[in-house]
Order: sequence, then C-alpha cells, then structure tokens
Amino acid sequence: MEQIIANGLYLGAQYALIALGLTLIFALMNVLNFAHGQLYVIGGFVTYTIYGQLGLPYVVALAATAISLALLGGIIEKFLFRPVIRRSSREESTMLLAAGIAFLLDAIILLVFGEKQRGVPKILNGVLNLDFRLIMPYDRILICGLAIFFITAFILYMQYSKTGRALRALAQDRTAAYLMGVDVERYSMIGFALGAMLAGIVGGLLVTITGVNLGMGGPTSIKAFMMVMIGGAGVISGAIAGGLILGMMESVGLSVFSEYGDVTYLVIFATLMVFLAIRPQGLMGKPWG
Amino acid sequence: MITKRSARLRHVLVGLVGAVAIAAGSVAAQAANKELKIGFVGVTSGPAAAWGISNVRSMQARAAWINETGGVKIGGTTYDVNIVTFDDQKDPKRAIAGMEKMAQEGIHYVVGPNVDDGAAAVRPVAERNGIIYFPYAFPKALYTKPASNAVLGMVANYQSGPAIYTYLKDKKGVKTVAFIAANESDPLSQRDGGVAAAKALGLKVVSDSVTYQVDTTDFTPVITPVIKTRPDLLVLSGVAPANAPQIIRSARELGFQGLISTETAQDATVLREGAGSLADGFISVGGASTPEIASDAMKEFVARYTKMFGEYNDESNTKVYALEYILETLKANPAAMNDVEAFKTTMDTFSAPNPYMKGDAVLKYVGTSSFGQRRQVAVPLVVNEYRDGKFETLFVAEVD
Repeated sequence: MEQIIANGLYLGAQYALIALGLTLIFALMNVLNFAHGQLYVIGGFVTYTIYGQLGLPYVVALAATAISLALLGGIIEKFLFRPVIRRSSREESTMLLAAGIAFLLDAIILLVFGEKQRGVPKILNGVLNLDFRLIMPYDRILICGLAIFFITAFILYMQYSKTGRALRALAQDRTAAYLMGVDVERYSMIGFALGAMLAGIVGGLLVTITGVNLGMGGPTSIKAFMMVMIGGAGVISGAIAGGLILGMMESVGLSVFSEYGDVTYLVIFATLMVFLAIRPQGLMGKPWG
Repeated sequence: MITKRSARLRHVLVGLVGAVAIAAGSVAAQAANKELKIGFVGVTSGPAAAWGISNVRSMQARAAWINETGGVKIGGTTYDVNIVTFDDQKDPKRAIAGMEKMAQEGIHYVVGPNVDDGAAAVRPVAERNGIIYFPYAFPKALYTKPASNAVLGMVANYQSGPAIYTYLKDKKGVKTVAFIAANESDPLSQRDGGVAAAKALGLKVVSDSVTYQVDTTDFTPVITPVIKTRPDLLVLSGVAPANAPQIIRSARELGFQGLISTETAQDATVLREGAGSLADGFISVGGASTPEIASDAMKEFVARYTKMFGEYNDESNTKVYALEYILETLKANPAAMNDVEAFKTTMDTFSAPNPYMKGDAVLKYVGTSSFGQRRQVAVPLVVNEYRDGKFETLFVAEVD
C-alpha cells in the first residue's frame, strides 16, 4: 500500500505541473493547446542537450530549458495564435492551429533531435528501501520535491506578483481587464510563455527519470487534457487536483488490475465519462465557464 | 563604355556556357546508369518512428554506397539504386496506400511494413500488383501457403525465443520466467509465443498477464507486480527500444536481480543513456556489428551510415540485410527484374556470400521449418549481451 501511495504522489506531482501550464493558457486565451505535450518534449530535449550532451550542471540546464521554452511560447503566441485570434472569432480556428503546431513541432523534433529515445545521467544515486514495503529511488524523491516546489512557486507568483494579478484579471474577464488598463496582448503573451515554460520544466525534470523521445508529445497532451477535465478547465487548483487524482488512479489501477492486463486506463476513461456526465464542468470549474 | 559592356556580356556568356556544360555533364553522368527503384513502406513518424527510420536509413546508406561505387550490375546493365519511401504512420490504411503508390511507380520489391497489422493489410495489394515485400512482422500466415509474396526480413521471436531460453536455462540455471508486453498486437503475440516456448522447455511462467500502454513513460507502477513474483528471468516481449531502458531501470531500482531479455533488436546508446550500468547483462537479439563477427563491409556500412545521418542505430544491424537480398537475388536471376515469379523460383536455390559477417556465412532464403517454404531471409541469429555501453556476442545461431 505504501508503494502504491508513493507512486501515486510521485505521478500526481508531475501530472499537476503539466496540467498547470495547459489550464493557464486555456484560462487566459480560451485556447486548447494541443501542442502542450510537444512543448514538454522539447523541454526534455533541451535539458538532454545541455546536461546530457554538453555536460553542464543540471541546474543550468533546467534554467536554460525554462528560458528557451518561455521564449518559444512567446513566439508561438505572438506570431501564430495572436493573428488567428484577431482575425477569427471561431474557437475551432485556434484548435486547428494548435493541432497544426503540434504536428509541426513533432516534425522539427524529429529533424533536430532524431528518432531515438534519449536519457541523461542520474542526478542522484541510491534508493530508499523500507524493508521492500516502499522502494523509491532518491532521484524520484528529488524530482517529486522539485515539482511540488515549482507548483508552490507558481501559485505564489500568480497570487502576489503584479503580473500574476494581471493574468488572473485576464482569466476572469478579458474585456473588463482591458477596460481597467491591462495590456491584454502583452499579458496574453506572458501567460502563454509561462504555460510553455511550465511544460518545458516538467520535460526537464522528467528526462532524468523517464528519458524523452519524440513520441511522448501526443500522449502527454491527452493526459493533460484529462487532468484539466477532472479538475475543471481554467482553474489552477483544479489542475493540481486533477493531476493528483489521475496520478493516484493510475497507481492504484496498475496495482489492483495488474492480473487483468492493461485495463487501468479503460477504467479511468469509463470513470471519467460517468463523472463528466454528472459534473461536466469538472471538480472546481464553473458551469458557465 | 562599350568595351566594358562587351566584357561583362562576354563574362555572362562564358558563365552561361559553363553552367550549360556542367548541367549537360551532370545529366550525362546520371544517364550513365539506369534507375532501379526499391520501395520502403513503414513507420517513420510518431511514437514508433525509430522502428522504420533505422530501416529506411539502412537502405539509403547502402544505396548511396552502391551508387557511389558505380551502381549494381544486373544482367549486363548497371543500375543506380533509388529508395522510394512512404511513411505509413503505423496505420494499416496508410500502409495499403503506400503499397498502392509503389505499384503505381512500377516497383516490384518493397521493404516493410514494420508491424503485424500493416504487413497483413498490404498483402492483397502486393499479390495483385506483383510485389514481393519484406515485412518485419511475425504472423505465420504471411509466409505460409497460399501466401507467397511476403519474405520475413528478420528472425521471428518464436525462432529466437526458444534458443535464448534454452541457453539461459542451461548456462544460467533459469527456472522461472515472467513476461511483460505492451498492449499492442505485435508485443502481445510475441509474448504468447514466448510463453508457449518457455512452457515447452519446462520453465515455470510466474507472470504473463501484465501489459502496459505503448505511451507509458513511468514503468515503476507497471512493473511492481511483476517484480513481486521474483522470476529468474524477466522477458520484455516485443519491447520498443524507447521503452527497454526505462523498464530495465525501474526493475533494477525495485531490487530485481534476475536476468532480463528480449527478442527484439536494441540500440546500445539508448540503453546506456536511459539505464546506464543498470542495463548491464541485458540480453537482446542483434545483427552483425559486434566486433567478434562483423566483417570489414559491416564496419564500412556503420561508418557510412554514421557519416550520412550523424549517429548509427544498432537496430540497423539486422535491417541492412533486406536490400542486399533483393539486389543479390536479382543479380542471380535478372529475369526477376519485372517478374516476381522468377524471383520466387530463384529463392529456392539462391545462395551468395554474406558480406557483413566474418567467415563463410551465406545469404540464403530459409523458413522451411516455420513456414513450409523459403520465405525468410537468413539473418544470423546473434544473441547479444549489453555490458559497459556496448553489445557483446553471447552466441550465434541459424534459423532453418
């Protein structure tokens, strides 16, 4: 049981951090960013290149990943999403654009980083073993701790910084924020950059545990959407709750249903369908959006 | 002024004449050899891209090598080899479209597809259009009569599995075995074949029900129930190179100290980066690039591939062979250039030196025991053990 809970918490912390970026972008711009998983993968590859290939310290690699993904996010918002949002009020326009960006990034990842699975040296050796009741490598514990640290830092930033307040105002009511003097375009770009940066940071954290390959983008996006649906789209606390719930469900399911093959996600999807039929806005979302 | 203009005009004219001459020369050089198109239909994008990319790059590297050294001579005519590729995205519908494209281009020899359902889907198209294809898929129905156009491009798990298990039982004292596989047709069928082979050898199967999604990134929760059964041998059935290091790492970190093996080809760099020393002792199937058996031609192939694409992929050790078989068989019977029935006839008696292995190994078609007809290339069954960042040959066997 201890192992299941520990696995669930570890997975949940990662998932929550992934979902945060996605829900932030949705809240600010009403954009379903299907390329979120690809941003995560690029983050993993940037860390791989700087830490694994160039041999620079991991902290430097993680910082460089955060900066480069923030830049990439800003560029995507300014040159791709902003013109489309300006010219088209149809929501499917941004959805199609996001899907197109996902394919484009996949192709770029393949060209730049190749088809192989990549990994980096362990950042911490050793395994915590409590009489085989709980086994957890120290690097996983560290990554879990870092994920919780980044989640806390993000919440504090959103709560107390000027930029965070502006972003929250934008998420609550775009028009009202504009009328109150918030530079909507600038803060939309900052918000998108922040979301991309969060995705990149998770990629940079997890490349030390799971490695990275070009195929991880799509499935990561799907899981992120599931978490956002569970917690409630556009709600920060909902994304964290969704991540933790999905992580725990996955851990419990893989243990309980191991005898019956790969049915864990079948059960999770079925449960999610029933849940959304009862509460379509998710745990913490509002029915009116 | 007029003089300057004339001089400029003269320069332009000289340049034009030069450009025309170079272009004409280039055309003449290209026209020197006829073109022989060989197709590739496989997955080169998405999560399984690694399967097909190592495949197609092997063909492209070999074709470039052949073309650079004057082309391939078949029946008195010299050809440059042109690899025509189609990405089926691991989708059977796309694989059919790819095979139809090959037919439209008049191609009779195709390498791929990489997976079971794609290989099964293209069969009617290949048979209708007179195409011989070399899948990396294991269903026996593709290679047994009445089917006759598919040629298995590698060693199947039901051929390599028993050899590996026998070795480990006799040499390492393995008595219990557990299987884990991705929830997809190829790995599941390989798992079922492995379970049957293990049972036939008298090994006790302690776990064979645990499967995982192909997009799993964290294997610790998945593998925990398997490790609890404490097997002597953990078999990763049909494991993709992207997943192998992660599963090995999770298993070792959970305290598993037994042997780990698979019947698919792997890449040493991927194992080193993903699992480091935790992958030491991992047993997999390879081709012919280990120092013990690689010929000078194999070493040159690896060097050329690396130069062309920046990095070698050890999976290509097995995938270098299909194009070689096609070309050598066509050389043996030039009538097969446009007549696949002639190709089939030649397969029964074909034999040529294996350029990639030291010693007197030969290229020949096998499969009589498994399929009742020669519909498999005789790739050497090289069983490797990963250690200290590279593969070492454990043993070499042959498939009949």
